Amino acid sequence: MEKTTASLEESDVSIYASDEINTRLTTDEKIDFYRQMLRIRHFEDRSLHSYQQGKIAGFLHLYSGQEAIAVGTVSLMGKEDQLITAYRDHGFALALDMGMNECMAELYGKITGCSKGKGGSMHFFAPDKNFWGGHGIVAGQVPLGAGIAFALKYQKIKGCCLCFLGDGATNQGSFYETLNLASLWDLPVVFVIENNGYSMGTKIERHSIGRPLARRAETVDMDWDMCNGHHLYEVRTKIAAVMKRAQTENRPTLLEISTYRYRGHSVSDTGLSYRKKSEIEEYRETKDPITLFYNQLEKEGLIDEKAAKNIDKITHKEAEDAAKFADYSPYPTTEELTRDVYWEEDHPESNTSKGTIFFE
Amino acid sequence: MPVIYYRDALNAALDEEMIRDDRVFIMGEEVAEYNGAYKVTKGLLDKFGSQRMLDTPISESAFSGLGIGASMMGLRPVIEFMFWSFTYVAFDQIFNNAANIRYMSGGLVNVPIVIRGPANGGTGVGATHSHTPENYAASTPGIKVVCPVTPYDAKGLLKTAIRDNDPVCVMENTLLYGMTGEVPDEEYLIPLGKADIKKEGLDITFIAHGRAVLTCLKAAEILEAEYEIDAEVVDLRSLRPLDEETICDSVKKTNRVVLVEENKPYCGTDAQIAYIIQDKAFDYLDAPIKRISAVDAPQIYSPVLEKEQIPYPQRVVQTALSIL
Repeated sequence: MEKTTASLEESDVSIYASDEINTRLTTDEKIDFYRQMLRIRHFEDRSLHSYQQGKIAGFLHLYSGQEAIAVGTVSLMGKEDQLITAYRDHGFALALDMGMNECMAELYGKITGCSKGKGGSMHFFAPDKNFWGGHGIVAGQVPLGAGIAFALKYQKIKGCCLCFLGDGATNQGSFYETLNLASLWDLPVVFVIENNGYSMGTKIERHSIGRPLARRAETVDMDWDMCNGHHLYEVRTKIAAVMKRAQTENRPTLLEISTYRYRGHSVSDTGLSYRKKSEIEEYRETKDPITLFYNQLEKEGLIDEKAAKNIDKITHKEAEDAAKFADYSPYPTTEELTRDVYWEEDHPESNTSKGTIFFE
Repeated sequence: MPVIYYRDALNAALDEEMIRDDRVFIMGEEVAEYNGAYKVTKGLLDKFGSQRMLDTPISESAFSGLGIGASMMGLRPVIEFMFWSFTYVAFDQIFNNAANIRYMSGGLVNVPIVIRGPANGGTGVGATHSHTPENYAASTPGIKVVCPVTPYDAKGLLKTAIRDNDPVCVMENTLLYGMTGEVPDEEYLIPLGKADIKKEGLDITFIAHGRAVLTCLKAAEILEAEYEIDAEVVDLRSLRPLDEETICDSVKKTNRVVLVEENKPYCGTDAQIAYIIQDKAFDYLDAPIKRISAVDAPQIYSPVLEKEQIPYPQRVVQTALSIL
């Protein structure tokens, strides 16, 4: 088994900056990564504001603090690579270039939402962008990710499935079961643990024994690795390597990325009862992925404050406009309640079934 | 017409659909090298190879979820559960993922999967292996459910299920695998949602699904021979979609109805059927709707008592006589 890094020690960013996967990036691409991360940050800030205004119902799991992971990962996806994640899904959706309008409208429960207001925050999908959700049950998406990889291999398509989960998901049975199956069947899947240190409000020290979590792959002879999630370059380097293993060798990997979320588990959680404010501030000051990447780009002479301010303004406006769009969009009509339940009911021209399918 | 076993009718359906569509593959415990725990998949490994016939570890959550993920990508998996009872450890995959993904994606993602296996008591395997969750599955929007009782229905319904673009649960019965019936050589499909009148009659209607249909047919024979009562037996075949029309037409004809199922009574499928009948055919009823279900306790092991727990012909006869 290959273990390229075995500790969560602060890595040397320059190693990753000089990695070919990153040196080959154009200035425009790098600036765009910065824009994408800001885009996610502003979307999440705006959605929190809308939630506080009472415009969004239910749960809202914000990605703020984890942006480099989604943007870094998606930047490496080819047209046959697929992605699936859990309920903290806005970051991936936006990194996969879903529109802010359709995402915000989904949060508002509007018909113009990406799932017509039927899925909500936890259930964004965009199969045309190789995005398979957005899944609400902890680790419920893990077997699906293996199935997506299975489908690629079955059809002899050279691609892989990137299957994201949180640290809390690593204690679910379906996670272990799927690790075994993926390794046993040589599936082209990458399991990525976004370890933000908390399973809801339960700190990792209280929810899991055995570190790193990724080491759990050893029991099924699967490769594993560690990564710092706050440096976009490092994310790209590590993700590129494990994607290649999946694509070229049909071998899965379990990659653990350490990260942090500024907000609570969902917005009803202030995130302050089980952790100190100083912990949040420390991450913000030393590891904020957007700030770090700005510093990096500045060091490379690619960005200055003025340019950054301009990007900030544009992405902020995009989020504000999305909120307006969501506000002005209509709610689904009553008929929508029973649409999209069954393919067959939505395609009467091809419906071969008889009888009643919806009941009183 | 050739007379074949129920298990072979299922086998023929799988065989034909795998030839027809190379996106169809079979996955489950012991389905390939062992030829299936009940030999339903016998010979298919030799014919289609290990890429399309996959033996899984005993890991229901993973392999059912894997099948669902593959179906989202356009493949058409047929997942065999050795018992429907074992779906209880894959509950989240079937009843959250398979059932809801189309809806939660606003219709963008389909789940064309078949989940099949036996769901029955009556074999002395105790409570954990004797669940009959057709009511649970049928109560889940997004899922379709069929319960074939004859080899003919088993083949026709399974073929239709495999071609269906929605998740379909096919609930079979270990006590039926060894039963025989006529199945034509020519290809045929049976639409979901179409009940079948297994015996026509004028005096009383029995409505059943799965093996309970055979119990009703036997009861009808007794009523005819001993009491000159002409009972009609309606086999639902499909629980969701459900053929309300055939149910109501039969009740309107006979004016008396006994609902028979091998599941437990509380919120069983027949509770819904009883509601439909009183709602849509109330004026045609000359007697209260009667129900016969398994005795309301966990499935007992003791073989003698288990026979008593599951509906048997004399119970149906006595219940019928009570409203005639």
